[in-house]
Amino acid sequence: MATLATPIPPAAPLHAEAPPSYADTTRDIIATLRPPGRKYYVGMAFVLVGLAFGAFCWGYQLRYGLGVTGYQPPIFWGTYITTFVFWVGIAHSGTLISAILYLFRSGWRTAVYRTAEAMTVFAVMTAGLFPILHLGRAWYAYWVFPYPNFRGVWSNFRSPLVWDVFAISTYLTVSATFLLMGLIPDVAAVRDRSLGWRQRLYSMVSFGWKGSDREWHHFGRMYLYLAGFATPLVLSVHSVVSWDFAMAIVPGWHATIFAPYFVAGAIFSGCGMVITILVPLRKAFHLERYVQVRHFESLAKVILLTASIVAYAYATEYFIAWYSGNPFERSSFYNRAFGQYWWATWIMLTCNAFIPQLLWFKKIRTSIPTLFVISIFINIGMWFERFVIIVTGLSHEYEPWQWSYYVPRWPELGILVGSFCWFSMWFLLFIKFFPAVAISEIKESLPPPVQAGGRR
Amino acid sequence: MSAATGVVGVFGGVDAAVAAIESLKARGYANYRVYSPTPRPELAEALARKESPVRLFTLFGALTGTAFGFFYAIATSLDWPLVTGGKPIVSWPPFVVIGFETTILIGALATVAGMFLFAGLPKLGRAPGYDPRFSDDKFGVVAFGGPAQLAEAREIFAASGAEEVKDV
Repeated sequence: MATLATPIPPAAPLHAEAPPSYADTTRDIIATLRPPGRKYYVGMAFVLVGLAFGAFCWGYQLRYGLGVTGYQPPIFWGTYITTFVFWVGIAHSGTLISAILYLFRSGWRTAVYRTAEAMTVFAVMTAGLFPILHLGRAWYAYWVFPYPNFRGVWSNFRSPLVWDVFAISTYLTVSATFLLMGLIPDVAAVRDRSLGWRQRLYSMVSFGWKGSDREWHHFGRMYLYLAGFATPLVLSVHSVVSWDFAMAIVPGWHATIFAPYFVAGAIFSGCGMVITILVPLRKAFHLERYVQVRHFESLAKVILLTASIVAYAYATEYFIAWYSGNPFERSSFYNRAFGQYWWATWIMLTCNAFIPQLLWFKKIRTSIPTLFVISIFINIGMWFERFVIIVTGLSHEYEPWQWSYYVPRWPELGILVGSFCWFSMWFLLFIKFFPAVAISEIKESLPPPVQAGGRR
Repeated sequence: MSAATGVVGVFGGVDAAVAAIESLKARGYANYRVYSPTPRPELAEALARKESPVRLFTLFGALTGTAFGFFYAIATSLDWPLVTGGKPIVSWPPFVVIGFETTILIGALATVAGMFLFAGLPKLGRAPGYDPRFSDDKFGVVAFGGPAQLAEAREIFAASGAEEVKDV
């Protein structure tokens, strides 16, 4: 046996890439804030054109009244309320990932939570427009707020619509606070690496954060309690939204299953949207070292779980409609699956109940392009779920002479497109002004730098 | 070099910063500050700070919110007594939703206010001894005191493995 002239080289490390250092993390994540390229501006231009079209559609609707929509008596909740519930649902996974997984100390949330949280805030900002957009006299929208007035009239606190006002405005405030608080240490890191007006801006936004022991001590507690508040809040908000329907006696709406069913659906759709956003974001900014395939796999598992809950809820709804023996419920659900809206119902079932079952396979869970395609189907499916609940419910109430058929008309679809553009506009602005991945939390999850050799 | 009020030690490793903190504590220093890019349990353990009083803000904010939500719903219902669905004017179950949301709203805002108060934010001016590297990958320990104490602190920082020791 020949002797080796040179010692055997060390085996390649198990992980092809070493974990990033603290300095790498700061550099790579702040690199996302560099002046954008042409693609960004082209994207922004598309978004602004879409938003302008949405604004035009709303102006048209204000000028000519709600007659420009496809509303047919008794269907006066259509695309707008569908889209409202859709965006509120999207908003839910952000707080789930940032607050609930924080309380559970789930390590994988770190990489994705900032994106999810920003998505939450912008989705609530989008959702909040729709109750106003669907008003014929939008300038009276402030009437929903209980404020002292000379007529002595107050809101009816027994109405779920007023609960909704409280739930959504609380959710917007608390999720925005949560996002801004989490940003403080990261914005301070950006401040220390920028000049001129940006430095002054970041100095203000970071409230002069320095990262001292005293600041971290109180900050950590504050963050924990905010997460503790956000957790029941996120569950309550979509429950309240579901009660907008469940408290009414419309067949197909009046069910106790609605709150958990809506919450599961919201988390399902939100995680889908997180994937839809993260895949291009990660590619554009080369964040593969921070947002890894295993993070996507974890999101896919949450999707698989919540998709199964949603599928179970669909099955329960149909079972209860049959088992109740109530002819109106039976008729409503039969109409849903095989009546005039069969197409919407089967899009919903295919996208929400069947397609996500593919995620049982690890190969699919770890394939980014496949996940991206599935996430698009989820977004479509969850929009149709709300459409099915709202429109088929209203189109097929108790009296046959009341039955009607609604399809959205162009101003509604224009506003729907505009809402996606409004959301995208905020998101595109966000990723160029604030770190889209949490710098200080990524550092927290990394092994800290040590210098054992340098110590005497 | 006579005007120095503090000494900064810049550390490349969390272990060295912990060693410096422990030496400072062993010599009886009380007036020092630690900067880190991220909260580290090692540092928190070495510093052994008391439980943050932010939680009292959380508790009282939440209780205020609950009281406010119920008060608001009850008082306005009594002020505009409109019977709907044959239900009592003051009907508790729906008011729980209002009370719940205001509990969270005011509790969360009070928690944030507590953090700002106790952490001394906003603090837009300069902090003595702060270095932009402390938001990147270095840990900083700043000791304040008289000339004799500062001389001792310089020695402690050098002995603990500081990459740089400077006066402020």
